[in-house]
Amino acid sequence: MPDYTIVESVKNKFNIVCAWQEKYKDNIPKSNSELWIERVLILSAGIFILAILLITLFIFAKGIPLIAKTGISEFLFNTEWNPLKGKFGIGSMFIGSLAVTFGALLWAVPLGLITAVFMAEVAPVKTRDILGSFIELLAGIPSVVYGFFGLIVVVPFIRENFGGSGMSILAGVFILGIMILPTIINISRDSILAVPKEYKENSLALGATHYQTIRRVIIPAARSGIVTAVVLGMGRAIGETMAVVMVTGNAAIVPDSILSPVRTMTSNIVLEMGYAAGDHQAALFGTGTVLFIFIVVLNLVVDIFAKAGISNENR
Amino acid sequence: MRTVNLREKLLTGVFWLAALAIAAILMVIIGYVVLKGISSVNFEFLFSPPARAGKEGGISTTIISTLYLVLGSLVLAVPIGVASAVYLEEYAHKNSRFAYLVNLTAETLAGIPSIVFGLFGFVFFVIFLGWGWSILSGAMTMAIMILPTITRTSQEAILAVPREYRENSLALGAGKWQTIRKIVLPSALPGIATGIILSIGRAVGETAALLLTAGSSLGMPASVTDPARTMAVHLYILAMEGISMERAFGTAFVIILFIVIINYAAHYGMKRLFPLKK
Repeated sequence: MPDYTIVESVKNKFNIVCAWQEKYKDNIPKSNSELWIERVLILSAGIFILAILLITLFIFAKGIPLIAKTGISEFLFNTEWNPLKGKFGIGSMFIGSLAVTFGALLWAVPLGLITAVFMAEVAPVKTRDILGSFIELLAGIPSVVYGFFGLIVVVPFIRENFGGSGMSILAGVFILGIMILPTIINISRDSILAVPKEYKENSLALGATHYQTIRRVIIPAARSGIVTAVVLGMGRAIGETMAVVMVTGNAAIVPDSILSPVRTMTSNIVLEMGYAAGDHQAALFGTGTVLFIFIVVLNLVVDIFAKAGISNENR
Repeated sequence: MRTVNLREKLLTGVFWLAALAIAAILMVIIGYVVLKGISSVNFEFLFSPPARAGKEGGISTTIISTLYLVLGSLVLAVPIGVASAVYLEEYAHKNSRFAYLVNLTAETLAGIPSIVFGLFGFVFFVIFLGWGWSILSGAMTMAIMILPTITRTSQEAILAVPREYRENSLALGAGKWQTIRKIVLPSALPGIATGIILSIGRAVGETAALLLTAGSSLGMPASVTDPARTMAVHLYILAMEGISMERAFGTAFVIILFIVIINYAAHYGMKRLFPLKK
């Protein structure tokens, strides 16, 4: 029979603290200048909302009319992109973006997950710290440097060993995978570290080995965080521009193999924005609109999974 | 029992292999750029302007442009970002819809790809406000991009300040703002500074958004309304148009050097600079 009086007293203390916090936010007498400061601070925070509203408004205002004129399915799925003839179908770039993104996830997710488990569960402290700083540096390298490295090293390597021009989906998949590794590793590592210690202890006490515990207990418990990591990695990959534009060859065609060149939606924008005008420019904004909606939907998915994770913990 | 042991040994091997692969990837990328780039970097390369579209000469104007843009975006983003963090952590109610909305938009902003920021900056600052391709347009765009980082890190730093600090200050009769300004913010400074340094890193490497908002003019910008080409944009153009691989390597080396220094400063320098406050 647990001693409920202790639980009650802890609960009461907790309530007092909470009440104190709210009081601290409310009831401290405010002078005139304090009120003004609060208003300025609210205004600053409001800039976030203003920014997202403006971004949505201006990109949609420029992109949606052309998408409507072309027809949504025509714009999204027609593979003919010929601005000179007024043909604006981003189908091949849509496929291109999906191809490099899923290709990158295909190898970066397993490698990232293994590394995350290694850092959280297996590695000695020193190794973990060194690896951690490596991953931070990897995350800090600008995408244009990755693209440059890809152009100079990866593309020639593919050309010499697999044929073709080297500018290919494969090159994009390789470089993009490296770029999303830090996102996948950091978020899934944190979610693995957040698994309550008792889970692990109980499993070990029942006679399971460390690896059985990792596979059967820790990874399932960290599920929602791992899904978040993968989805955010996917968002990064879809939105990545400079690295992809430098290594994938940018032909607006439907790829027929992983060695074929490909153009992504992001590349399309950065390649043609410099000289596009009129409907052509609007079509590039249309491409941006599609990209933007994609990312916002992915973010909502992450939000839902994060909430699912929290309610799991509460159960 | 033996088979289990063998399997576990194999798994351990796989784990170490994965870690080694990650380390190797980083080493190869940085090592390659450094080895190939270091020979083209010298005093002249750093301090003379590019000539013949970057085929000859150095990268001085692009370094200056990068500094202008980084500084400009920080001047805009740091006050707003820190103020928002103060509001969210010190003023907003737990259940405030407004605060929830701000947090949500900050998260969304952090996930938006830089090319979309570029499109927005182009249509809003460059065209709608008529600022043209300029340092001003570029800095404004980049400020919005780094806002979420600055606010997030500041929020965490403010949250980590012990409650007793605030209690003691208030008990001594200080006002709320006084407490924040004199107690909370100074204690949170290392964390805030880390966020700012990380934003500098992002700004130094940013390419797509700046290509669309600051332009790619190679001249030395004389005012904030002039277009400018940063090091990252310069590297992109040198490499993509095959203007000069030697100078592209040199530029990549300087960028990497910046990033490594910034990373070092963010993670080790902070601890040295503020050894007691953590």
